[in-house]
Amino acid sequence: MKARLLYADRDLDWDAPPVPEAADLTRDLALDTLFDAMADGDDFLRDTARQVVLTSLTEPDAIVYRQRILGDFLRRPGLLTEMYRLVVETIDAEHRIWPTFLRSPTSIMHRAVQAMELYAGRLRELRRIADRYADDVRSPGLVRFLGMLRAELDDACFDVMDEHLRRLRFRNGVMVGARLGQGCKGTGYVLRRPGPRPSWRERLAGQGPPSYTYRLPDRDEAGARALAELRDRGVALAADALARSADHILGFLRMLDRELGFYLACLNLHRKLTAKGEPLCVPTPLPTGRPTLVCHGLYDTCLSLRREERVVGNDVDAEDTALLVVTGANEGGKTTFLRSVGLAQLMTQAGMFVSADSFTAGVRTRLFTHFRREEDEEMESGKLDEELARMSAIADEVTPGALVLFNESFAATNEREGSELGRQITGALLDCGVKVVLVTHLYGLAHGLYAGPPEGKAVFLRAERRADGTRTHRLVPGEPLPTSFGADLYRNVFGEPARTAAGPAPDPPAESPRDAPAPAASDLCPSPDVESSGVRDVTK
Amino acid sequence: MPFPSVLFADPAQRDAVAAQREPACYTDLNLDQIVSSLTAGRRSYQLEPFFYARLTDADAIAYRHEVFRDLEDQALSEGVARFAAGMREMRRRRDQAAKPRHPHQRDSLLVDTAETYCTAVRTLADVLDRADVASRALRSLRAFLAGYVRSEPFDELTEGVRRVRESLASVHYCMTVGAGKVTVTRYAGEADYGAEVLAAFEKFKQEEATSSRVSAPDFLDMNHIEEAVLDRVAMLFPDVFRTLEDFCTRHHDPLDPTVAAFDREVQFYLAYLELADRLRAAGLPLCFPEVSTTSKAVAGRDVFDLALAVKLVDDGTPVVTNDFELRGPERVLVVSGPNQGGKTTFARTVGQLHQLAALGCPVPGGEARLFLCDEVFTHFERGENLADLSGKLKDDLVRVRAILERATPAGLVIMNEVFTSTTLDDALLLGTRVLRKIIERDLLCVCVTFVDELSRLGPATVSMTSTVVPGDPAVRTYRIVRRPADGLSHALAIAEKYRLTYERLTDRITVRTAGRTTS
Repeated sequence: MKARLLYADRDLDWDAPPVPEAADLTRDLALDTLFDAMADGDDFLRDTARQVVLTSLTEPDAIVYRQRILGDFLRRPGLLTEMYRLVVETIDAEHRIWPTFLRSPTSIMHRAVQAMELYAGRLRELRRIADRYADDVRSPGLVRFLGMLRAELDDACFDVMDEHLRRLRFRNGVMVGARLGQGCKGTGYVLRRPGPRPSWRERLAGQGPPSYTYRLPDRDEAGARALAELRDRGVALAADALARSADHILGFLRMLDRELGFYLACLNLHRKLTAKGEPLCVPTPLPTGRPTLVCHGLYDTCLSLRREERVVGNDVDAEDTALLVVTGANEGGKTTFLRSVGLAQLMTQAGMFVSADSFTAGVRTRLFTHFRREEDEEMESGKLDEELARMSAIADEVTPGALVLFNESFAATNEREGSELGRQITGALLDCGVKVVLVTHLYGLAHGLYAGPPEGKAVFLRAERRADGTRTHRLVPGEPLPTSFGADLYRNVFGEPARTAAGPAPDPPAESPRDAPAPAASDLCPSPDVESSGVRDVTK
Repeated sequence: MPFPSVLFADPAQRDAVAAQREPACYTDLNLDQIVSSLTAGRRSYQLEPFFYARLTDADAIAYRHEVFRDLEDQALSEGVARFAAGMREMRRRRDQAAKPRHPHQRDSLLVDTAETYCTAVRTLADVLDRADVASRALRSLRAFLAGYVRSEPFDELTEGVRRVRESLASVHYCMTVGAGKVTVTRYAGEADYGAEVLAAFEKFKQEEATSSRVSAPDFLDMNHIEEAVLDRVAMLFPDVFRTLEDFCTRHHDPLDPTVAAFDREVQFYLAYLELADRLRAAGLPLCFPEVSTTSKAVAGRDVFDLALAVKLVDDGTPVVTNDFELRGPERVLVVSGPNQGGKTTFARTVGQLHQLAALGCPVPGGEARLFLCDEVFTHFERGENLADLSGKLKDDLVRVRAILERATPAGLVIMNEVFTSTTLDDALLLGTRVLRKIIERDLLCVCVTFVDELSRLGPATVSMTSTVVPGDPAVRTYRIVRRPADGLSHALAIAEKYRLTYERLTDRITVRTAGRTTS
C-alpha cells in the first residue's frame, strides 16, 4: 500500500543525503525564507518542504502529476486537512504507548498488540474520509489513492487483524520448529502453528506421533529461566512479525504524513502570497531538450515574503536559449532577477506553483548556483581559490541538461583574468549542453559573449537605469555596456586621465565603447560589429 | 614422498631462523612498520622471524622467487588463501570441541573439524593440480599432496564426514513449550506462523522495515534445558546419533604435520603478496631484483619507500618513484638539496630494497639490480638527544665508528643527516673523513646531507638532488635525480590547478557523462 502522492511510481527517499549543491542553493537563493513560509512554524513541515523542493523532478509528466494533486487540494482543502490531522494524531498516539525499554519478546509483543489495536481503529476512520471525498477529486494521483484506501482497507482486512490479535495469546503453548546447527545446537527456529491435537482416544492407544516430554523439577530456577528463554525464542518470532507489521503500518502513516505535509506546506505558501495580492501561476514545464525561459511578471518569491508591499516582476522572452547574460548597474535588480529564475525553476520542478503571471521553462536535470560570496571579501588572497574550488565542485556534478546560475563570479581577480576564466568556463558548459544564466559586471566577459557567443541562441538583458540615474529594478533586453568606474576612480585619485596616448588603458572609455574597445577586452571580442538588440542567434 | 619446506631449499635452515631477532636497521628504515603490516591479522603464524632472517646465497633467494612467481597466478594464490582460511576455521572448531561439552555436541564439533580439514586439503591439492607451477617448492608439494589425498585413510575420513553430515542434516523437530515442560516431536508439516502474521500485514510495507528487534543470544554453550531437548532429539532419531559416535571414535586427530608446516610458512608469501597487491592496485610496481653477491653496480628504476607507499595508498595520495644507478667505481649516493622530506625517503628506499631482496622478496620498484650485502647499517638522527648538541655530535661519531668497526666490505651503510649539530666547516670535515673511510673500505653507501661538497669527493661519489614535481601540486614528495641542485619551481596556472580550463572542464563533463551512460 503506497500513498504515491509525490511520484506516480515511487516514494521519495526521505533518508537520502541532500544533493551536494543543496547548501549553495539554499544560501544563494535564500531558500530558508521559502521554507519558513511553507512551514508556518512547524519544523516537520519545514523539513518536508526542504527535502521535496531540493529533490527536483526532471520529467514534465511527473511535474504535472503533482500540479494536478495540488490543484485538487487547493479546491478541497478539507480533504487534505482532515487526513493530515488523522495521520498526525495516530502517529502521536503511537508515540504515547508505553515504550519498551526491555528487549524481551514478551514486552515487545505486548506493545505491538497495543499498537495494532490502535491502528485498527484509525485505519477504519481513514477509510471513511476516503469514502466521503471519493467523488470530489480529479487528479490521477488522488483518484488512485482514495480508490486504494477503499479497496485495501475493506472489512475483510479488519477481520484478519482481529483474528491474529486473538491467536497471538498462545493458549496451547508455543511451538517452535528447529534443525540441528553447529555443535548440535538448535538452529533455524521457526514459529509453527500446531496442527489439530490428537484426540484422547489416539493418545491412549499410543497412535499419535512419538513424543518425549521433559518436565522441569520443582525449584529448578535456572531451568525455569532457560525454559522461559526457549519459549521466548518462539514468541520472539511472532513478536518480531507483529512488531514488523506494526512498523509497516506506522511506516505507511509516516510516508502519508510526509507526502500530505508537502501539500499542506504548499497551501501555507499559497495563502501567504495571495493574501498580499501577489499573482501565482501553474508553470508549463517543457522537456529538457528545450532550454526555454518565457515568463511574464516573474518576481522573487522570497523577496516578496520578506516585504509588506508587492515586488517588481520581470518579463523574459528567451525561447530555446542556452545562454542568458544579465549586465548593468549595481542595485539594478540583477541578483533579484537571478534568484527569481532559480526559485521559479526549483518550484516548477517540485510540482509547485510559481511567482509570476505566467512561466514556461525547460526542465533541467540539475540546478547549480555560483554566487559571489560577499562575506569572504576580507580574505582577498584565498578568494579566487575559494571561488574556483566551488566551481570545481560544480564541475564534479554538472551534467548536460543542467542549469548553472552565475552571480558576479570570477571577479576576485582582475578583469582580464576574470573574463578569460569566465569565457572558458561558460564556453565549456554551453558546449556540453549546460544552460547558463550569467549575471556579471565583467565587461570583457559579457561583451566577448555578445560579440562572439558560443553556439546557439543567447539573450542579453540589462538592468534598466533611467537617464537621471534612478533604477527601476526591471531588466530590459540590451547589449552589455562598459562602465567608466575604473577610469573615473583613477582620475579622482591621481587627478590625471587613466589613459595616455602611449600607456595601456585598464578600462574602455565610457563615451564610445564600440569605437574603442579596451585593450583588455579586445582579444576577447574579435568582431566588434555589435547590434543594438540584446538577442544574438549564431549557428556556426 | 617427503616435502621439505616452502621457504627453504635446505630445511635445516628453518630451525636456525626460529630464534632470529629484529635487526637493528629495521626501525630507521621503517621496516618495522612493514613487518607489522605484513604480520597484522597473522599473529598466530608467528611470521616475524622469517621477515628478519637474511638469506646468504643466490640459490636460496631463487628458491623463494620461484614460489613468488608461481603465486602471481591469481587462481593459485586465491586457492592457497582458501586453503589457509580453511585451516584457520579447522583450528577454531578444534578449540571449541576441546572445551567441556555435552557428548553429542563435542562429537559434532569434531566432525566439523575433520570436514574443514578435508576441504582445505582437497582445495589445495586441486588448485595445485590445475595450476602451472614451476617452482621447486610447489612442485614437490604437489607431488606430496597428490599421494596424500589418494591415500586410504584420507578417503575414509572424507567419506565418514559426508555420511555423518547427511544424517545430521535430516533431523527436523518441533518443541512445544508449555508451563514447566517442553515436549519434543518430529516435525510434521506444521505451518510457519510468523510468516502468516507478516503476510497478513504485508500490504502496509513501505520499505525494508527496521530489522528484527529481538536478537537471540547465539553461542555454542548449551544450558541444561537445551541439553535435555538434545537428548530427546537423539531418542527420536537414534540412527543418526549412532553414526556420529562411530565416526568420532575412529577419527580423533586427522591433521598431517607436513600440511601444518606448509600452512604456516606459505603465509610468508601470502602476506607479502597481499601488500604487493594493494600497491599494484594503486599503480605501484614490485619487481624481482637481480641479486648479485659480487657486483656493486646497483641500480633501480621507479623505486619507492614501501612503508610510506602503504600509508599514502591508504590515504589515496600519489607516490613519487625514483631512479638510481651506480656505475664502475661509484659506491656512494650523496643526496642533497632543499630539506623537504624526499631525501630521507629515498635513503630508506635503498636500504629497504637491499634488505627485502635478501629475504627473497620482490622489491618496491619497476626494475632493480642489487647487491646481496651481509648487513644493512643505518645511522639516522636521534631526536631525543637534541637538547645536548655537543653530546649529540659525540654520539654521532661514536655510532659511526661502531658501524665502521663492524662492517665488512659486503655491507651497506645508510647515513641520514649526520653531523647536523655542528658548523658547516665541521660537518664538511667530519663528513669528508667518514665518507673517505667508507670509500676506502669499498662499502656501498647512501648519505643524505646538507653539505654539497660531500658529493664531489671523487669518482666513488654520485650527486643526487631533490626537485619539485611539475604537474599536480597535490604531490608533496619530491623526485630525487642525479644532478647538482637547482632551485627550479613551477608556477601553476590557477585554473589548470582546479581543472577548469575549457579543455579540462569539457573533458570532465563528457567523460563522466559517458561513464554514466555505459554503466
